[in-house]
Amino acid sequence: MALEESHVRRAAHLARIAVSDAQATGFVDDLNHILNMVDQLQGLDTDGVTPLSHPLDATQRLRVDEVTETDQREKFQRCAPAVENGLYLVPRVVE
Amino acid sequence: MHDKTLSELVTSLAGGELSSRELTTHYLKRIQHFDAQLNSFISVTAEQALVAADAADRARAKGEAGPLAGIPLALKDIFCTQGVKTSCGSRMLDNFVAPYDATVVERLNAAGTVSLGKTNMDEFAMGSSNESSYYGAVKNPWNFSAVPGGSSGGSAAAVAAGLVPAAMGTDTGGSIRQPAAFCGITGLKPTYGRVSRYGIIAYASSLDQAGPMARSAEDCAHLLGAIAGHDLRDSTSVARGVPDYLEALDAPLSGLKIGLPREYFGDGLDADVEAAIRSAVSVYESLGATVREVSLPHTHYAIPAYYVIAPAEASSNLSRFDGVRFGHRCKNPQDLMDLYKRSRDEGFGDEVKRRILIGTHTLSEGFFDAYYLKAQKVRRLIRQDFLDAFEEVDVLMGPASPTPAFDLGAKKDPVSMYLQDIYTIAVNLAGIPGISVPAGFVGGRPVGLQILGTHFAEAQLLNVAHQFQQATDWHRRRPALAEENA
Repeated sequence: MALEESHVRRAAHLARIAVSDAQATGFVDDLNHILNMVDQLQGLDTDGVTPLSHPLDATQRLRVDEVTETDQREKFQRCAPAVENGLYLVPRVVE
Repeated sequence: MHDKTLSELVTSLAGGELSSRELTTHYLKRIQHFDAQLNSFISVTAEQALVAADAADRARAKGEAGPLAGIPLALKDIFCTQGVKTSCGSRMLDNFVAPYDATVVERLNAAGTVSLGKTNMDEFAMGSSNESSYYGAVKNPWNFSAVPGGSSGGSAAAVAAGLVPAAMGTDTGGSIRQPAAFCGITGLKPTYGRVSRYGIIAYASSLDQAGPMARSAEDCAHLLGAIAGHDLRDSTSVARGVPDYLEALDAPLSGLKIGLPREYFGDGLDADVEAAIRSAVSVYESLGATVREVSLPHTHYAIPAYYVIAPAEASSNLSRFDGVRFGHRCKNPQDLMDLYKRSRDEGFGDEVKRRILIGTHTLSEGFFDAYYLKAQKVRRLIRQDFLDAFEEVDVLMGPASPTPAFDLGAKKDPVSMYLQDIYTIAVNLAGIPGISVPAGFVGGRPVGLQILGTHFAEAQLLNVAHQFQQATDWHRRRPALAEENA
């Protein structure tokens, strides 16, 4: 199914990426080219095939629900752009 | 000094012929002298390197040094390194100094290796040419007009040029093997789960795997032994013992059964590359191996399946780079949505945006079954092809890439770039290990022989590659850099 500019704009909104008009046009062409290539998959019969999400068919292991990490707040906040009183500062975006 | 393999340097350090400080200083000078031409490093950490080299020398003097103590190497800029910029080749992380070490880095540090810095790479490991880095393209040391391959192209170029004896890379669809082939070095992608992914900035979590890039298979065996093994901090890491990879290197190859997938020798393969690969295979026959043709019937579907699965995982993994939790933050946002959207627009390059958009689209309502679920089913068929083939033969061989390194700027549209990984991508979908070894030249540009094995067959792959390197000298060739006096 051919992708239209509205699909690209929807995906860009969902992905939280600003896209200019010129970029959107370019992405429509690129993404259609890629999806045309991907559409080869539709010609293959996969009825009855179980999807493979992990190449070793492994399942996610669980661990005991207990605290194993120590508090490293100061260390981790050293690479933040702005902190105050142990809190991360971000730009005010809500009035 | 820089003509020696890592294994030879291990012997020289152990024998006291040279110190780690001498070795480290030598390579730092070469980086300073030559890297302006290559652009293979994003960060050079000379001060820390000399401190680590001195520590290795002191440990050796006290008789406490491990086998890799004092060996210089470099790390692809995708590995988190405490106190050092970890950019992942992106403007998004241009200001990110990681507060911790990746497990691979921790283990290399524990082995006593000396990191000289962080190597250039395609942005977020997305690319087959190393042209998508925010820090500019890397040049192939064999020909400055050519790409080094991607996405671990900085690591490959640095090793090939003798700026460092070895480097770490990651491979999501061929990103160790293809640049290794293009630059004439040896690169190993281990089995998925063999090496911890903790602290490696994730691109596609079910495909990414770290591995060594060096001059020889023996060098890769040294390094894999240091980094492999279970890690509780990576839930996809496999709890399985690590064999002695060096011990297996000298096993004879008589009786080895080699399979040549017919799909790897069809349309699109450069005739001269094919001739070089077939010549390499004949070396194996002379060493006592037998060769037969096999089939991997779903090979044709590997690239389409990959370009659904990898972007889908990338769209999720890269959501953390939003200007708040991680990454570049735009100036003067109007509201929260504006902050997210502009930060991500400014921080990501076009290839990353393309893949996030494709991934977001294929995972969105109404498209998930047709794309993502379908691709995961095809993935199982691709893996089964390999498992069936390994019922008949011990290893598979073929080209790592259909052509030698192409020229910078030669691949204009994304799909033609994606097709460069036609022989490497299926390996990641199946999770099996693969290695590329130098096997000749076409037009002065290196050609890589790819050898594949079943899950956890790294010891066998290293043995098979090492025996080839005992019989040939392709891995000993090095590009002649201008003013070769550093």
